[in-house]
Formats: sequence, structure tokens, C-alpha cells
Amino acid sequence: MTTLPPPSAKKLGLVIDLDTCVGCHACAVACKEWNDGGEFGPLPDEHAYGKEPFGVWFNRVHTYEVRGTGNAEQGTARSGDMTVHFPRSCLHCETPACVTVCPTGASYKRAEDGIVLVDADKCIGCKLCSWACPYGAREYSEVRGVMQKCTLCVDRIYNETFDEYDRQPACVMACPTRARHFGDLGDPQSKVSQLVAARDGYDLMPELGYKPVNKYLPPRPRRDGCGSAATVSAKDENVDFSTASPLLRWIDKVLSR
Amino acid sequence: MHPALSVIFFTVVSGCGYGLLFATGIVLLLDPILFGRGETLCLLALGGAMAAAGLGSSLLHLGQPQRAWRAFSQWRSSWLSREGIAAMLSFAPLLALAWLSWRGDASDATRVVAGVLVLGALITVFCTARIYTSLPTIPAWHNAYVLPGYLLLGLLGGLAVLLAISAWSAPVWSSRDEMERLIVPWVDHMLVQWVCAALIAPLALAAAVLKLAYWRHLEAPPRVSIETATGLGRFGAVRSVEAPHTEQNYLTHEMGFQLARKHAQPLRRISLVLLVAVPLPLALLLLLPDLASQYWIGAGGAAVIASSILAGTFVERWLFFAEARHVVMLYYGAQGR
Repeated sequence: MTTLPPPSAKKLGLVIDLDTCVGCHACAVACKEWNDGGEFGPLPDEHAYGKEPFGVWFNRVHTYEVRGTGNAEQGTARSGDMTVHFPRSCLHCETPACVTVCPTGASYKRAEDGIVLVDADKCIGCKLCSWACPYGAREYSEVRGVMQKCTLCVDRIYNETFDEYDRQPACVMACPTRARHFGDLGDPQSKVSQLVAARDGYDLMPELGYKPVNKYLPPRPRRDGCGSAATVSAKDENVDFSTASPLLRWIDKVLSR
Repeated sequence: MHPALSVIFFTVVSGCGYGLLFATGIVLLLDPILFGRGETLCLLALGGAMAAAGLGSSLLHLGQPQRAWRAFSQWRSSWLSREGIAAMLSFAPLLALAWLSWRGDASDATRVVAGVLVLGALITVFCTARIYTSLPTIPAWHNAYVLPGYLLLGLLGGLAVLLAISAWSAPVWSSRDEMERLIVPWVDHMLVQWVCAALIAPLALAAAVLKLAYWRHLEAPPRVSIETATGLGRFGAVRSVEAPHTEQNYLTHEMGFQLARKHAQPLRRISLVLLVAVPLPLALLLLLPDLASQYWIGAGGAAVIASSILAGTFVERWLFFAEARHVVMLYYGAQGR
């Protein structure tokens, strides 16, 4: 059924920390690996080793440059300049148009936990859902002739043969900097909800009204002057040794001769 | 958006087919035996064939066409599903009308069925357009110009084909006896041609105005940007420095189609020439009884009008896809629209 279920109390999703993500693509690779052999897999590639590899991935990690608002001359680093690595995947929206546009009932939002899924046995491969998604969460498999998307590792998170700790999406498990957090965003007391509240987590493209469940945590303010060209050069030139240890003062004296 | 030929062919040909069924239905609603049995059946068959060819072509676009029947199930939420159902249901009055016309039925039953067909054709094209206008992810489609465009071009194409069929099948006589026998159907054909030409002229003009307003609308500043897409706008201007993948993927292939601006402008002009500049003066000429009453001028002019409008609709529809930009490309560094 592609009509949406009433809003569920439980809203499983991810919180992605743009402050700590280092852009290593481990989440994307772990996702590809798990889901290729998971219940919804495979995630086939077309000519994976050919000239132009092409295939389905549920996670894509972008890298952006943000030009800070600090003052500096053109072409030099400014305070607030930063590089942000930006993982992009299905946000399991509360009002996902990808579900309502589906003509077959293959796309659905689970009433019990809000996960958005595709039934590969019903999908006719019309691709309309991918047109309806602003976040590029859905990728069509030419090999299977159906649309594929992030399942929030539904075959892991409820898997009772796994240890409790392992019942998390593969991307979350793989992240070496713990930039990805999994939990119930419908419960204000959950760890992820508290993290979102504490760090001002936000929605992507809120103006389109899809109400994403996944939240992004903004980069924290950089330490004073860290990374700005002005402070780096200032530190080089004027190091104050008067308060340094006697040994350093002696070395300074010797080297300054 | 990637201009897939199967989808463009589908929207143009089935739009024109339903336009023809709409126009034919109105003729039959007003006078069930205005045309002879053969012509009525020919018009209905052609309209049905165009609608079916378009629907068949849209199946080619599917990854799993054998499951297409499932698309009739989600009419509660999906415009695509509603379109499929409306398209299929329209074949019921079409077949009934063909049967009634074959029997030469001039009763109210024919009028009622013709009315249902008119409604079905209108609803089908309405649903087709709503598939596109309901996508806020593609600002070039999510606006008030698109729905009237689909209805107008469908009707224009349908009227042009009706004009052509009517002109081609107009009776020609070689003797005075024949003329006396054929004069009434001849007058009927002239009337249909005259009304069609009288409608095509202003509708073509309206289509041109609508498309110009639509292209003007495309210039409007976009509502979403890379800053809102990433949520990083609060820190400053955002620029993509590295894409997640070095090769193309489904998204960049399907949504990242780039039409060079220098190519868009000539194509827009070509579509306007084919939709308006060619058919409008010809339609006005066909309003002159002296010209229209000569068989080869009427038939030839109508043929040019119909093929020009169909070709113009193809170019317009190709542009409709090629010029449309999907917001997901913002993540890949596209700017605006």
C-alpha cells in the first residue's frame, strides 16, 4: 500500500555527525558489502571492472568546501573555511513522496517503525519514486530491473541471532569515527534524540516538506583561529619564550645566536 | 532530466490520441451520424491505436513490464496509477462507441457513450500531467504552466488529426449525379474542417503564449540551493569539491542530463515554429471557403498542419524533459533550478 500509514510512535533513523565524519567511505563500502548479501540484495554492478563501472550503492559520501564568512583577501584562507564530508543516504522521511507516487504498492513505509522499503517482487521499475526523492536515496538496478534503496539494515537491526551490539545498520558499525548513530528518533528520551537536541541537529531541504527522520549534526565551531592562515603565520613569528621552561629558554638562546 | 524516448513518445502520441478521441467524442455527442460509418470507425480506431501505442511505449520504459498490471492498484495515492486506470477505462466507451457507430446507432445511447469517452480522455491526459506536476523535486514540472500545456497540446494534436482525416475523407465527385448524392456529407466535412481550423488557430496561439510564459518562469530564481540541500549555508558559501564517485551513477545519468543553453534556444524556436508559425497561417487559410473546398488544398493543408503540430509537440516534450533539473543534482554541485 502506497498510502502512508498513520505516523508511527517509533521512528528509526540515523543521526550523521558532520563534525566527525572524515570522508573515509567506510560506511558506503560496509553498506554495499552487507546489503549485497542481505535479504534485499544483491546490489549488482554493471561491468564492475570495465571502463565505466556503474552500480547501485545506498550510501554516497560527498565532500564540500565551505567558504567562511570571516574577512580575508581573495584566494587566501579565511576564518571559518572548512572542508565537510557529507554522507548521503535514505532519510526515511515521515512524508515520503517516493512511497505515495508508487503505482504498484512496491514502495511502502512500515507502520511499526517508519522504515521505507521497496518490495523487489512487486516493483515494475518505472523509476518514478527516484524522481520523487530529493535526496537521491533510490538507485535503479539495470540488472535486476527494479528500484533499490537503503533498508536501514532491517535484516540486521531485528536479527535475534546477532549480539545486541551488532543489531545496528552496517554503516553505523563500520564508521571509525562514530559519525553515524542509529536509534529511535520518535522517542525524545533516546540517545539519538538527545544528541540531536544537544547539537542542533537539522533536516536537509526542509522547504520541500518531506520531513526527513534522519538528522544531520552541524560541524562544531573550529577552535580559535585554528586553520586560518593569519593565526598560523602569527604563531610562527612571535613565540613568547619568557614563560617557557629553562631548557627551552636555553635552546632558544643557543639557536638565536 | 534524461529525455527517455519511450516516455516522450508515450506522452506525445497518447496525448494526441486522447485529444483525437476527445474531439471525435464531441462530434459524435453533437451529431452521432455526422460522419459515415467508415470514417467514424477510422477516427475511433486511430485514436485508440495512438493511445495504445503510447501506453505500449511506456511499457518499454519499465524494468519489469510483465508486472505492469500491478500499476492499477495504488489509485488512492499515485497519479501514475490513476493515469493507467483512466487510460484503460477509456477503452470501454471507445469500444462501445465503435460498436454503436458500426450499427449506425443515432440514438441518445451513442451521445451518452460519446460523452463518457470525452470525459475519460480528458481525465487521462489530466492524470498524465499530474504525474509530472506533483513532483516538487523538479521545479520545472512543479508549476501551474505544465497541466494546461499537456491539455492544450493534446487537444491541439487531436484537432489537427481530426482535421486531416476529415479533409482526406471528404467526398470528391466526377459527375453531376454523384455531386447531388454527396453534397450533404461534403457539407458536413467542410463544417468539421472549418470548426477544427477555427479552433486550431487560437489554440496554437494560446500554446505559444503558454510556452513562452513557461520558459520565462524557468528563469525564476530557484527555491532550493546547495546551501539548503546540505544545511551548511549557515557557515558560508558551499561548493562541491569532490563527488562520491569518479564515474557516472544512476542519479547523474537519470537526473543529471545537461542541455547546453545554446542548444535550448534554437530548439525552443523550432518548437514554436512547428506548433504555431506553420499551422496558424495554414489554419487561417483553411477558413476561406474558396480554398478549403478544393480537395487537394484542404487535404494537403490539413496534412501539413497535423504533422507540424505533432513534430512540434515532440520537440516541446523533449525540451520539457531535457530542460528540467532535479534538486538532487545540487548535491553534485549543480547550481539552481
